[in-house]
Amino acid sequence: MKKEMITLTIDGKEVTVEKGTTVLEAARKINIDIPTLCYLKEINEVGNCRMCLVEIEGVKGFKASCVYPAEDGMVVRTNTKELLDTKRTILELLLSSHEKKCLTCVRSTNCRLQDLSRRFGIEDLEYEGEMPKSDFDDSSDCIVRNTAKCILCRRCVNVCKKVQGVAAINTLNRGFNSKIGVALNMGIRQSTCVGCGQCVINCPVGALTEKSNIKELKEALADPKKHVVIQTAPAVRATIGEEFGLPIGTLVQGKMVAALRKLGFDKVFDTDLGADVTIMEEATEFIERLSENRNLPMITSCSSGWITFAEKFYPESLEHLSTTKSPMEILGTLIKTYYAKKEKIDPKDIYSVALMPCSAKKAEIVRDELKLEGGLQAVDCVVTTREMARMLKEANIDLASLEDEEYDAPLGIATGAGHIFGTTGGVMEAALRSVSYLLDGIEIKEVEFKNLRGSKGIKEAEIEIKGKKHKIAISQGLANASKLLDEIKAGTSPYSFIEIMTCPGGCINGGGQPIVNEFKKSQIDVLGLRAKALYQADKKAKYRKSHENPEVKVLYKEFLDKPNSKKAHKILHTHYNKQEVYAESEQK
Amino acid sequence: MDIKELNKIKEKYSDVLKKKRIMVCSGTGCTSSKSDVLLANLKKEVKAANKADILVEKTGCFGFCAKGPIVVIDPDEIFYEMVKPDDAADIVKSVIDKKPLERLLAKEQDKLVKKWHELNFYNKQKRIALKNCGTINPEKIEEYIAVDGYQALYKALNMSRDEVIEEISLSGLRGRGGAGFPTGKKWLFTKNSENKEKYVCCNADEGDPGAFMDRSILEGDPHSVIEAMAIAAYAVGAEQGYIYVRAEYPIAVERLTIAIKQAKEKGLLGKNIFGKGLNFELELRLGAGAFVCGEETALMNSIEGKRGEPRPRPPFPAVKGLFERPTLLNNVETYANVPKIILNGGKWYQSIGTKNSKGTKVFALGGNINNVGLVEVPMGTTLREIVYDIGGGVPGGKRFKAAQTGGPSGGCIPAKYLDTPIDYESLSEIGSMMGSGGLIVMDESKCMVNLAKFFLEFTVDESCGKCPPCRIGTKRMLEILTRITEGKGKEGDIEKLERLAENIKKASLCGLGQTAPNPVLSTIKYFRDEYEAHIKEKRCPAGECKALTQVHIDPEKCKQCGICAKNCPVGAIDGEVRKGPFKINQDKCIKCGICITKCPFKAISK
Repeated sequence: MKKEMITLTIDGKEVTVEKGTTVLEAARKINIDIPTLCYLKEINEVGNCRMCLVEIEGVKGFKASCVYPAEDGMVVRTNTKELLDTKRTILELLLSSHEKKCLTCVRSTNCRLQDLSRRFGIEDLEYEGEMPKSDFDDSSDCIVRNTAKCILCRRCVNVCKKVQGVAAINTLNRGFNSKIGVALNMGIRQSTCVGCGQCVINCPVGALTEKSNIKELKEALADPKKHVVIQTAPAVRATIGEEFGLPIGTLVQGKMVAALRKLGFDKVFDTDLGADVTIMEEATEFIERLSENRNLPMITSCSSGWITFAEKFYPESLEHLSTTKSPMEILGTLIKTYYAKKEKIDPKDIYSVALMPCSAKKAEIVRDELKLEGGLQAVDCVVTTREMARMLKEANIDLASLEDEEYDAPLGIATGAGHIFGTTGGVMEAALRSVSYLLDGIEIKEVEFKNLRGSKGIKEAEIEIKGKKHKIAISQGLANASKLLDEIKAGTSPYSFIEIMTCPGGCINGGGQPIVNEFKKSQIDVLGLRAKALYQADKKAKYRKSHENPEVKVLYKEFLDKPNSKKAHKILHTHYNKQEVYAESEQK
Repeated sequence: MDIKELNKIKEKYSDVLKKKRIMVCSGTGCTSSKSDVLLANLKKEVKAANKADILVEKTGCFGFCAKGPIVVIDPDEIFYEMVKPDDAADIVKSVIDKKPLERLLAKEQDKLVKKWHELNFYNKQKRIALKNCGTINPEKIEEYIAVDGYQALYKALNMSRDEVIEEISLSGLRGRGGAGFPTGKKWLFTKNSENKEKYVCCNADEGDPGAFMDRSILEGDPHSVIEAMAIAAYAVGAEQGYIYVRAEYPIAVERLTIAIKQAKEKGLLGKNIFGKGLNFELELRLGAGAFVCGEETALMNSIEGKRGEPRPRPPFPAVKGLFERPTLLNNVETYANVPKIILNGGKWYQSIGTKNSKGTKVFALGGNINNVGLVEVPMGTTLREIVYDIGGGVPGGKRFKAAQTGGPSGGCIPAKYLDTPIDYESLSEIGSMMGSGGLIVMDESKCMVNLAKFFLEFTVDESCGKCPPCRIGTKRMLEILTRITEGKGKEGDIEKLERLAENIKKASLCGLGQTAPNPVLSTIKYFRDEYEAHIKEKRCPAGECKALTQVHIDPEKCKQCGICAKNCPVGAIDGEVRKGPFKINQDKCIKCGICITKCPFKAISK
């Protein structure tokens, strides 16, 4: 059906949009950036920050353009003196109750409130007075909440609720003492929070940040007794360049390796090799389950926010999760076993670091289920893309200007299949490239599964294994995962294999990734560009199927025997347990 | 239930209403003065006297709350005021003896007044919404039926839906919750919204400080609201209704619960009402006491179980309201007028009131006024008539200074506008608003800066916190007002208040924030000199702001008796009897004013 089109005038300029478009979206079509602090398309359309007010001819009072539907013939003004005066007052009021420690704020220069204060030329604090009571909640391993900086835009609340279906936080209290927090004032650790960090990357100010592990990492790097190795997740190579001024979607794998080496890491390994091993294990596991018709559909287990989600929300469905460890944990395990043995280093002397696009990974590494022999952690420290960028800048390392370098052996060769783990659909695509080979040695010719790509919340496809058709599904954003899990619970799931990514878009949009402001995101397809970079890496790769990875072949030959062997099971697989939420005993 | 059955009940109970009945006010005010004990005592006494023909009934609010508890002996309408539980025996005796009990009668200009409608307080009133309050027992549906109850519903069901809405439109009825939106239009919009599921809601979340119009209607005549909602449901095409009522109104909740149960039992709610095909179910939803939940979208959020805070409009409730379905929402008083309009015709209702404001309005009269209570007057009645003729003027011979209408959303009306006819338009012209009906009178001892501060304290407490202008802006305004009343006001504070007020009004998401600055703006408008005296001279002209007030003993008038010092609760008065004038130690003085009232020689003043 053809959509009805309407034409309106905004600041003297005509624009034609589909009926039902908001005034704000219509304005954006003609590059008018009506300021807003709370708006997130389709997620947080609540009209509460009041910065997007406009004047509409014939309509009484100012209207919030983010929720006001455009109408044919409407005449809108966004910049009259009266409007700007009112908005200035709103900003002044927000500043009067905001912890103005901008110089020491991690979001300084990438803060929407700071940005608007500059835009409105606010040079004096007109209003001063009592500050609202605030919370500082660092109970989680993943994120830190400082409500003294919160402007109550509620993006975090609605991203957590609508996109992730987690609803760990909500608005508490009333009026001036309203704050975002966890039910019963508990710490975020006790809540349903899965640590994904979607709240962090959507926070317009510095009220939500990742739990920083920079300090520990610096200590380790400076410790001559420690052998410090780092692995880099698939998605980071597609994003870390942004922090150094490179265009969104610039692939910087070689520069990143060079920068990390400069920072002092003894070895720089690639998590993507871990991803290749994951495929060997997981695809084999899938074939096994399929032949035994056991615990189907099988669900991927590499996204750690999803694991926590399953343990907190769907404990009765945990048997559907693949027992294969995540690529990070696989590589971490191999570093402290295979690599340590090979290089004759005592695993206790290895400090294993992971550069991740993710805040949830910070909680994954301390899981008891993942401890190695002797209680060692496979990964000792996780830093996010943003944290690493800060460390490099502090150390005067300009990633953008470095010459490309290669990863270290023996855990530094990866395939294109490993690279695309960083985007939604990538794990499934990588698995499908290897399933038929692992099943009966048949190499597929067409390696690109275009129907598994893209931004749709739940993608479906059909594959043929041994002449039998199987339905598969790929979901991004945990609210979508819930839909698939509910089907499983109800016994109506039509699928055999499901890929679940915690974050919308997958790891390229992880909670640890560079923060792009909402307006820029509305103008540029940030996730599309980042995904494209990974698909390019895949295209350029010498090997595109996990089972072709020569290092992986050596690994199995020398160390693991074969996929799902006894040894592989012992060190590369794990199990899951129900996690209690809102347990009184743990109350902060 | 068909119309024959209804009329049968009507006939039977019309006779009951004509019997000797002792009607005891059982509204919240009188109940808190033990009218419930009185009621029990009366029943005991009647039983002891073995007089089964004397009926003792609870009834709704008579409105004259200053004189409560009130008892009226029907059918003679004998009015007893300030009745105590111990008066029960005498009352029953007087009824048996057919001799009014003089000591409980009201006195006006030294003359005893026997019947309630002869009191000045009722003289200029016209009770439409409150018609049944004080005349029937609200817990007996039969008594409501006896006074034409549910006849309007039957009549409406014999009209077309459009005809019903036309009648309401013709009446000129406007929303009594405060905004004054034409009720007929609201019904029409909801009717015209295409949807199989629609809702009819009643806003009984009365929250203005000092206002109790809706509570009294629900306590005294719950069926009028239920009947009106059924009529509305028919007109707009809804089958489910909700009454959103404050949990702090336990008596209203109880009476509503009883009334809904009785209406269901009689088939006046439920399936196929009067055999005319109308299905209508009604449920109560209790509010937790947030003022903002009186705002329509916040109310709907609350019914849905969400945080009580407003949603942006559009979409308007008539298009997308409760559970995203078209929803009609009117307040209690609006609904209470509906059955009367249907029965008597829109034309009749339209004949009462002013050009654009038809009918009557109920006000909760409070503050510095003799006859505190509930009054219902035709639109266009002047403030002077309400304050002096009905309200009995300002006590203690003090001067009328201003009246606040519209509660925390309204403004103050100074003495020069006493002759303004009260209707929607004229009140907003002078910077106030009709509001839901709170009317607080202030005498000359009231400081207007302090008054503004009082209302701001209320809105700061009640702001939901959703949008920054209201959440932070009202707080900053309160801080400025507080420092002014404490003598710490700065040059430019008035302008700062005005600028903040204007922008909060323009920028806030809902009516609460959009009107919160009104009390400040209107007091600045009419009493700017008081603000200036506080800021520039560090003086509170009304003598109410303690930090700015000093109590002095005039040494000329002081007879050195020492009574003041004896009565001072904090020992702030120094001096010895007959050894020279007494003196107040300003460091110790708490400005309580006891010495002023105790000095026999009027030597002490603020």
